[in-house]
Amino acid sequence: MPSYAWPPEDQRAYIGKRISRVDGPFKVSGRAKYTYDYNPKGLLYGAVLRSPYAKARIVSIDTSEAEKMPGVKSVHIVQDKGTIIQWAGDDVVALAAVTEDQAEDALRAIKVEWEPLPHFVDDEKQPPAGSGKTSGAMSQDDFVGAISNQMPQGQLIRQLTTDGVSFKVDDEFIKQAKSFSVPQPIIDALQKAPYHPESGDAPRSPYKEVRSETKGDPDSAFKSAEVTSEGVYGATVITHCCMESHGVAAEWPDPDHLVVHISTQSVSSMPGQIAGGLKGQGVNIDAANIRVEQQNVGGGVGSKFQADRWGIYVPMLSRKAGGAPVKVMLERDAELAVAGARPSHFARVKAAASRDGQITAWESEGWGTGGPGGGAAPPLPYVFDVPNQRNRYVSVATNTGPSRAWRAPQHPQAAVITMGALEDLAARLNMNPVELIRKNIGLVTEARRQIYLDELDIADKMMAWSSRWHPRGQGGNGSMMQGLGLSLHTWGGRGHASNCDLSIHPDGSVDIKMGTQDLGTGTRTTILIVAADTLGIPMEQITLNIGDSSYPTSGGSGGSTTIGGVSSSTRRAAVDARDALFAKVAPGLDTSPEKLVARGGRIFVEGDASKSLTWKQACAKLGAMPITVQGKNPGPENLTNSGVGGVQMADVSVDTETGIVKVNKMVAVQDCGLVIDLKTAESQVLGALIMGVSYALYEEKIHDPTTGIVLNDNMEFYRLAGLGDIPEMQVHMMTGKGYDERGVIGLAEPPTVSPGAAISNAVANAIGVRVPFIPLTPDRVLAALEGQKGAQA
Amino acid sequence: MRSFEYAAPKAPQQALGLLGRNWGESEILAGGTDLLALMKDDVVRPRRLVNVKAVEGADLHALMRRQNGLQIGALVSIARVAESADIRQRYPMLANAAVEAASPQIRNMATMGGNICQRPRCWYFRNGFGLLAVDKKTGKSLVLEGDNRYHAILGNEGPAYFVSPSSIVPSLVAYGAKITLASAKGTREVPLEKFFVTPREENQREHDLRPDEMLTFISLPAPPAGARVAHYEVRQKAAVDGPLATCAALLEMSGGTVKTARIVMGHVAPIPWISQEAAQAIAGKPVNEETAEAAGAAAVAQAKSLGRNGYKIKLARVAVKRAILAAAQGGQA
Repeated sequence: MPSYAWPPEDQRAYIGKRISRVDGPFKVSGRAKYTYDYNPKGLLYGAVLRSPYAKARIVSIDTSEAEKMPGVKSVHIVQDKGTIIQWAGDDVVALAAVTEDQAEDALRAIKVEWEPLPHFVDDEKQPPAGSGKTSGAMSQDDFVGAISNQMPQGQLIRQLTTDGVSFKVDDEFIKQAKSFSVPQPIIDALQKAPYHPESGDAPRSPYKEVRSETKGDPDSAFKSAEVTSEGVYGATVITHCCMESHGVAAEWPDPDHLVVHISTQSVSSMPGQIAGGLKGQGVNIDAANIRVEQQNVGGGVGSKFQADRWGIYVPMLSRKAGGAPVKVMLERDAELAVAGARPSHFARVKAAASRDGQITAWESEGWGTGGPGGGAAPPLPYVFDVPNQRNRYVSVATNTGPSRAWRAPQHPQAAVITMGALEDLAARLNMNPVELIRKNIGLVTEARRQIYLDELDIADKMMAWSSRWHPRGQGGNGSMMQGLGLSLHTWGGRGHASNCDLSIHPDGSVDIKMGTQDLGTGTRTTILIVAADTLGIPMEQITLNIGDSSYPTSGGSGGSTTIGGVSSSTRRAAVDARDALFAKVAPGLDTSPEKLVARGGRIFVEGDASKSLTWKQACAKLGAMPITVQGKNPGPENLTNSGVGGVQMADVSVDTETGIVKVNKMVAVQDCGLVIDLKTAESQVLGALIMGVSYALYEEKIHDPTTGIVLNDNMEFYRLAGLGDIPEMQVHMMTGKGYDERGVIGLAEPPTVSPGAAISNAVANAIGVRVPFIPLTPDRVLAALEGQKGAQA
Repeated sequence: MRSFEYAAPKAPQQALGLLGRNWGESEILAGGTDLLALMKDDVVRPRRLVNVKAVEGADLHALMRRQNGLQIGALVSIARVAESADIRQRYPMLANAAVEAASPQIRNMATMGGNICQRPRCWYFRNGFGLLAVDKKTGKSLVLEGDNRYHAILGNEGPAYFVSPSSIVPSLVAYGAKITLASAKGTREVPLEKFFVTPREENQREHDLRPDEMLTFISLPAPPAGARVAHYEVRQKAAVDGPLATCAALLEMSGGTVKTARIVMGHVAPIPWISQEAAQAIAGKPVNEETAEAAGAAAVAQAKSLGRNGYKIKLARVAVKRAILAAAQGGQA
């Protein structure tokens, strides 16, 4: 039985070292090809007619004139008459033409008759007290809307089961639902749903209570509390804003085979998703006959797991155009409006503690939107499990582009709310927040108590927190105020299912095939590090093939699961392949395979120079046939783990006359088990801090109340942090004893959780008052200062 | 983008002859940094584009001393203005405003004429609801009914609520710039501040520019001897960000006190806003925190929130105060 365990520190050639991305030069020189760059001969340009209304019924669609326009090769109705559109910018008709201009001209020739319906886009206002308790039965429109708006399956089934339906679910409707590929569990729930005909046409409330939980005895705890603090906290909807927008190119080499280039975080799952979607359009093709290819993806941030509408209608356009390649890349306005949204979460929070700082009670009244489906509650309170707590959350259904997983789904918002409330509580206690956290470390899950305490010490030194921290409002004289803030976070990050093929060829070359993808995080680099370290050869000697659905399947890159998955499957494959090679060469060296080691490009018996071969000599012993093995995760011996902790601190300056916030410095201390590549790990954290500064200060998806459209659907008013806005950043990765032996754990999500909370807390520390919501824009900061003045007067 | 006819004439008269008599017939293409975006968004739909970058006539492309003043050709890039040693020395406020405008890429392409003639950044206008953003169904202003966090706080009696978009124009106005407008029929010269008008109707433009005219020159008089100048932008981001309020201050000093002042605010009204109130408040006074603050307060005395943009009143007041303080503290003209 071979040992797959990660090598001890003194035997690692590459693992844990600082190694630059192998594809860096490719990317910075423009040679790396993205979906956007796929421009084969004869490519047809797709264009999409989008809904100008946030909510409207499509009365009729007439594409006859467009079909006759010059250059138009195919037209596909994405959502037909009768459909109720639930957000502005949603796809209605797609077409393909020889040139981009012809496609755009043809769009203007499509006639759509609309019946605009009242929309609702306001998520910041707290739902009226008591709202969301009950919700009427689903109408047929609601149901169709829920399906087309990608309402999570569990939520839809719950709603059908508890609230019932207001329409007759007959065989015809079931047949129709099946033809739209509605999953069977939903069909089952639909057939069993109670029938409530009377509530059908009543105006529906956008509010729905999705969480109401009490633990311990919060009422008594608040009653006997020595110190309480109350406040409102939250984070507005932001978008994913991928540098490469969503997009697809598709072609049918013959009527039974489809080739798709799609900007995705999940190459291996695409054929199945696309086959399912095409089935709904009456096109039957086996997933096995769909090949998905993508060498590089310009960011996903959680928004690129689904085939999406365009992943289905682009193949349809190609099919209708005789199989010719068709490409649709979302334009920036569409990307911002429909292809990404992080849900908003707001909450009114009350927290209590004893005078010496022991947290005793917590109460939250939360709300927020994930789009037309409403959305789920964030994990409140975050990290700290307060003994007496009550949490209520009302989801707000809005006519806005549906939310998608955004790097560490729900956690950044939960951190803003929880860490904000605890910082406010610390201020009421006249206590340094580091002290408050230390005092209450017992409320943190046991496995991470020591991690957080260790990290707090390190972060404290990096920020010089202990010597520099001041109580609230003592951040200086004059208009510039300075402050410090901190936040804690956690995440899972266990490796996903991953398979790969690894071959050692008789000429000494090695290749790996894996159906994974590299979102820019360094996945390629880390796979090569693990393989090279295990085989004892340079990384350059290994050819790595990823980004193709014809390779062994590997999970989607989300939830920080990639590094654990791909490193484990690669390690197992490389160990098995290496041991197979050992078995081949051991007799010739007059030794047994288990005595052999592979290191420094040689295979040898440790301490016996006479029993040694170069890697090439060893591989030559294979004769004609290469060694090919498959690596898997999960598999024997656990190489990956779950559950990390991180601490971040922010130093800010606030111009109290203009409300403009400048982040001076951020420090991040993070654990993620065994680090494969220290350099890309640190980069991952630096990137998270940059993203964090951006969402803390600038990012916000703004919907017009009157028209419901996204007003800032461009990079001018959807602000992202620029170079001049990035602070000094310091990253410390927790490595070595106590960390390495836990195995490999994902890192993408955790460091992106805390920046908003830490910066918000630093601003409160600077100006002496809480700015309730992020982003911390001048209007919000000035309003908070004004409120403070008002309160003092 | 819709199809259009494209012309790239060499002779100035030919260029002017290609311009239309009505808006929509033609647009002038120079740097293209604003126009092409408007065309891609289908907000502006000219049937003909007249590319003037290749028009002969060295003056259009040049910075030239005229008596003691300066003539800036309309096709001079913002980058050249930012880098010009002469402008840095004699018109430092203009050089600074140019340095802070947009991004290096845009400054390299964009022209001074185009900067003056750029269209408002109002998000209703840019989303195709028209310059006045009137809801076709209700006849109400989308700006008043909707999200006006970036809209006007001065001169906002309606029906126009957008803000003047240039961060360079206030400095030019403070220096007393005039511009030359040429058509096939001849030329006329207008003070720059008179070029900006608040439209009353949807088919009006925010410029005193006829469809058949082209802006050809910007003329600056000699800077008043001993004047102190500074330009201040309240901007959320360090760079590449539209300001929320700006102010250009030109102070003519007499000993330790301000003799006369030109205070020009940007991004606060549909036109560059010359604040006589602020100028009067600071005139005859020494510049200090208190007098500058008072001038700022005077500048926004008539300002009015549209609902969500009340914070901009504070920002405008601070911009005026800080521009005056900066001018007095070192902005030697």
